[in-house]
Amino acid sequence: MSLLELRPSGLFCPGGDFYIDPWKGVDRAIITHGHADHARVGSKSYLCCNDAVEILHTRLGHQASIQGVAYGETVSFGGVNVTLYPAGHILGSAQIKVESRGYSWVVSGDYKVEPDATCAAFQPVRCNGFVTEATFALPIYRWRPSGEVFAQVNEWWRANAAEKRASVLYAYSLGKAQRLLSGVDADIGPIYTHGSVERLNEVYRRAGVALPKTTYALTADIATYAGSLIVAPPGMNGSSWVRRFGDFSTAIASGWMQVRGHRRRRAVDRGFTLSDHADWPGLLSAIRETGAETIWVTHGSIDPLVRWLNENGWDAKGLDTQFTSDEADQNETSETEQVPE
Amino acid sequence: MKRFAELYTALDATTKTNAKVAAMESYFRQAPASDAAWATYFLRGGKLRSPFPSKLMRQWAAEAAGIPAWLLEECYESVGDLAETAALLVPDAGTGSSDIKLTEWIEQRLAPLRAMPETEQREMILRSWLQLSSSERFVWNKLITGSFRVGVSEGLVLRGLAAATEVPESVLAHRLSGSWQPTPEAWALLISKETSDAATSQPYPFFLSHPLEGSPDQLGNVTEWLVERKWDGIRAQVIRRKGEVHIWSRGGEQITDRFPEVLSEAWRLPNGTVLDGEILGWNDGRVMPFADLQQRIARRKPGKAILAKVPARLMAFDLLEWDGVDIRARPLVERRTILETLPVNLSPSLPALTWDDVAALRASSRELGTEGVMLKRLHSPYGVGRQRGDWWKSKIEPYSVDAVLINAQRGHGRRASLYTAYTFGVWDEGKLVPFAKAYSGLTDAEIRAADSFIRKNTVERFGPVCSVTPELVFEIAFEGIQRSTRHKSGIAVRFPRMARWRTDKKAADADTLETVKALLRT
Repeated sequence: MSLLELRPSGLFCPGGDFYIDPWKGVDRAIITHGHADHARVGSKSYLCCNDAVEILHTRLGHQASIQGVAYGETVSFGGVNVTLYPAGHILGSAQIKVESRGYSWVVSGDYKVEPDATCAAFQPVRCNGFVTEATFALPIYRWRPSGEVFAQVNEWWRANAAEKRASVLYAYSLGKAQRLLSGVDADIGPIYTHGSVERLNEVYRRAGVALPKTTYALTADIATYAGSLIVAPPGMNGSSWVRRFGDFSTAIASGWMQVRGHRRRRAVDRGFTLSDHADWPGLLSAIRETGAETIWVTHGSIDPLVRWLNENGWDAKGLDTQFTSDEADQNETSETEQVPE
Repeated sequence: MKRFAELYTALDATTKTNAKVAAMESYFRQAPASDAAWATYFLRGGKLRSPFPSKLMRQWAAEAAGIPAWLLEECYESVGDLAETAALLVPDAGTGSSDIKLTEWIEQRLAPLRAMPETEQREMILRSWLQLSSSERFVWNKLITGSFRVGVSEGLVLRGLAAATEVPESVLAHRLSGSWQPTPEAWALLISKETSDAATSQPYPFFLSHPLEGSPDQLGNVTEWLVERKWDGIRAQVIRRKGEVHIWSRGGEQITDRFPEVLSEAWRLPNGTVLDGEILGWNDGRVMPFADLQQRIARRKPGKAILAKVPARLMAFDLLEWDGVDIRARPLVERRTILETLPVNLSPSLPALTWDDVAALRASSRELGTEGVMLKRLHSPYGVGRQRGDWWKSKIEPYSVDAVLINAQRGHGRRASLYTAYTFGVWDEGKLVPFAKAYSGLTDAEIRAADSFIRKNTVERFGPVCSVTPELVFEIAFEGIQRSTRHKSGIAVRFPRMARWRTDKKAADADTLETVKALLRT
């Protein structure tokens, strides 16, 4: 019996009788992180990292049965040991190590290897088999250090503020928004947020993440917003909601902004390349450090990564999952739009 | 290179025309003459022929990035542009950016490449990449591959230049028309405040018409308008000055030698004459389809056979210079009165007393092989560029056919990684035969929906092209139709585009090849 297998409802561990990030309702679901394509409604019980419990409740409702565990803490299901390790993707994101009789798999969910002040750093975990994402698995994707990107954002905001213009920055409301807030220079001006961002800011603050003061952009008085930064989900671009900001410049922060065509398609003034997913060198170093010989690739540029790994000595294959990322920028949009205002 | 790349980035980053003009103004104010000349050349769409085939750039970029060729191709598929793919793949060396002048990059580095053996070209390119930042590399690669394009119109470049140099736009346009060479001397001449300099060969900037939306009666009294056929050919200016003849296309190309028939007609004009008109293929007293004329465009010295097959003539419709004097400011009716006395093929003035007459004339366009009618205000001067109000074109409705999406290919540039280039089929004996390819006409939301359908319904892949379950029906509009032996369907259509997504129709409801062929006779 294999330790992990793909079933119609998701990745299943027969020995422990649980699923990891299932896309249909199951009895027991272990969740890597709180983004909607990984934490879906309908399961009887959920297990996730302590820091993700509140995020999951905002997604799944307050009735959902959610159990939290600490990073590094081991829980047993039918002789299969389950341990969560930081994935560095967003607050509470975890790689899930599944181990039985000395043989182990790690399901990494979404991850990045570069440091992020708003969540625990990615931790390489030795294993026999590794399940990886491939959102940005092409060598054209190589991130600049986040400090450089924050400096670009600050420069854009400062230039707008000097002209009494508001700066509307579109970012995924869970994770990306908070990472940006922790990185910008709050001395430039006041910071306002969309409701879906503000709600998650509160969750982050309660988990002890330091964020600058933010205010829910409630008032329709245009003068309030002159020179301010407004952080909102990408779906708000072009909506009536942003018109309240009067004269403003728009920008989006996403890994897809690396490519000019994507930048232009989004019809914003600026595109900042900032991602919570690993870039090409990040994916390869993470895979190497696991020491795993078998690699399953779940979503994104599956084919190139699988081929590259197979040509370089790994035993790799792609899995047909329902995790999204092929067009993740669009899914970010639809996902955040589901959050009620 | 740094400043030019910054200019490119600024122009690329905004859709606001004022911001673009400001970016160009600030660039031209500080740029040395030779750089300003080259920048003007490139912004206006000037290109240099690539010194090596693009497969070499692919090879060198893969080498610099340390990746196999197939992985570079995957990246290219996702980016949709080779220059950008290479710029993104090559590692940053950390030297940051280059303060070396644009001119030096072009004249000392790019120009000598052509004469170099491949090994030296490779060395030069790999070294150049190390000296540039990622955005500079992109611009440099675009220049090398002759694919540099930036979203500014000719008119916008003129505005930017005028703002920086304080020379009027019309003077700049006049000086730039023709084969303008990017040298410091040409730049000095371009920005000279002394403006009485029209050289013998210089054409005037073309005046362009606006499409007329809706009914023409909004234009007031029909008697204030000149009604003409809208000819489908090559817009051209014929210059007869000081014992010389020059023929210019609207693209700013000298096409004098390509149309010897037009040339010999022009020799009969008096010195100091400039005509505006349309070069047409003309046979048996009627205009030939544009596709026929197209065979002559690329031939610099047409041979006897093609001259006999597609004889050309100028259909003259305006007079810009008479007796050596620029008469563009005089009313059309006066210019035309003089034109009618000249030995030219005159585009006839069509009789119309009411707007209904105009509509009837327009309706007869297709049988005469024309595109519609032109409406020109009789008392208007000859303007510059696409100004609204005095010249209108009223085109006939396009042909339209309901066809089924059968193949798709990913787009380029803004549409990279989305399937946006489609092949459409019509029914022929129970099979779908490809009849047209179309790229435009859908909204961004429709493109996303079509892209998502294509991904879920791919049947087979052949390189970048995939075949799709034939389900989606689109109304395809096009301007012209001709028999063709090169197409499987036996027909070729002109300017096909998607007019509507027919979500109300099933594949079986699409048109047949027989119906499409019936259009050949209309």
